Amino acid sequence: MPLGLLKYGLRPRRSPERFLPPRPELKRAYDTVIIGGGGHGLAAAYYLAVDHGITDVAVLDKGYLGGGNTGRNTAIVRANYLTEDGVRFYAESLDLWRGLSGELDFNLQYTERGHLTLAHADSAIRTMRWRAEVNKHLGVDSELIFPDEIAKLAPGLDLSIDVRHPVLAALYHPPGATARHDAVVWAYAARAAAHGVELHSDTEVTGIQVESGRVTGVETSRGTISCNRVLQAVAGQSSLVAGMAGFRLPIHTVPLQACVSLPLKPWLDPIVVSGSLHVYIWQSARGEVVIGGATDPYGLYANRSSLEFAEGTLLPVLELFPFLANVKMLRQWAGMCDMTPDFSPVMGVTPVENLYIDAGWGTWGFKATPVCGKRMAELIATGRTPDLLQPFRLSRFAEFEQVGEKGAASVGH
Amino acid sequence: MKIMPCPLNGPRNIQEFTCGGEVVAPPDPDRADAAAWADYLFLHHNAAGIVREWWYHVPTSFWFIADRNTVTDEIVRTFLPRELFGADARPDHP
Repeated sequence: MPLGLLKYGLRPRRSPERFLPPRPELKRAYDTVIIGGGGHGLAAAYYLAVDHGITDVAVLDKGYLGGGNTGRNTAIVRANYLTEDGVRFYAESLDLWRGLSGELDFNLQYTERGHLTLAHADSAIRTMRWRAEVNKHLGVDSELIFPDEIAKLAPGLDLSIDVRHPVLAALYHPPGATARHDAVVWAYAARAAAHGVELHSDTEVTGIQVESGRVTGVETSRGTISCNRVLQAVAGQSSLVAGMAGFRLPIHTVPLQACVSLPLKPWLDPIVVSGSLHVYIWQSARGEVVIGGATDPYGLYANRSSLEFAEGTLLPVLELFPFLANVKMLRQWAGMCDMTPDFSPVMGVTPVENLYIDAGWGTWGFKATPVCGKRMAELIATGRTPDLLQPFRLSRFAEFEQVGEKGAASVGH
Repeated sequence: MKIMPCPLNGPRNIQEFTCGGEVVAPPDPDRADAAAWADYLFLHHNAAGIVREWWYHVPTSFWFIADRNTVTDEIVRTFLPRELFGADARPDHP
């Protein structure tokens, strides 16, 4: 045990250490305003400060930091996508994730546990093979495996062939990982603040000021700010914020629900996904079984939970892991997803000059947090769209050049 | 269970229905350019509040229109397309 820790433990009075600075007064002007204090917005603030020396930055959030989709996702990180554009982008994200706990000096509980996407039909095996080959071609570790190997990786998984959807094969992606999603927010926020970035929670943006096609400021619940540049990173509210600046997005907002069980003894290492059954499942470090499924069938701006989701998602889970039948569910929640027509994000410039957008993250935003923050910061600092972001530009829709990322979501939508 | 009041079938479980998206006027096929088509196909109002949408009852292949609140998850009113488009129900002038 380090001596410092021993001395700390024996000290009679321990003064609590403030992890994030208190919220400062809102200034009248900033160089850059970031709307949205989730993982993406805070990561962009961190990389603006660290990579580009831009520290006159305010991060605004209408609630608390990380209270939106960063705290509502199911914390899965992977890069086994189908299009080259998608695989390249998420592969860089995996590289950043691996060094992130060290870089931010904060334990993000990043755990590479492997990711299995089950194939229940010949057509699915063909798609898995396709994805595995695209992944390997681009240096991402993925392989098609069969029930003998699946049995070793996922004990308890029903591999019998006389069921509705027998497991025939799986796409195995060893770098598939999970991370503590709240810790990602806290770490980026603390490190950005240490470099001088201001964090303004409970500060709702009510308007965006645009003069002759160029952004000049934002109106907030705590007063008006003038600024040179604005980044909007508000998953689930993207259309509403873009509407304040006067343009529409190729986005439809739909809730996605998830749930966790009471804690069980550790039994499952990998993340197990079934696209045909529309479910995915993994076991957290606390032992809780984290379960997610398909998005809700129609658009809503409401984080309500529904019985339809619980029934429709838990029944297929029992087809995969019948022994979970007596396990009680602990809680159920929802987040709002920006769904795009090509299951790919929207990153880059907008019709309004100096207003940048980070949106369209549907059900796949958490895993992109580091790479998106880093590359959006590069765009904001240099004014040039990085090659990695080029395929995901907003104008791709008007140019009929969509990405078509069929490997985007773990489950079908 | 969420109930959708269908103008043809009465109150039914909403799982029997598919949402067909916002009611918007399609561009004039003789005059619209690519930009107008991209706008019509891809860009949404995606409003938080009361929206007007096409809905489809799958078992009876029946299209109708619903006014729905996307914040409170309430269905305000459902009605036949002819109320908006006249007897020929052509969605030219919503």
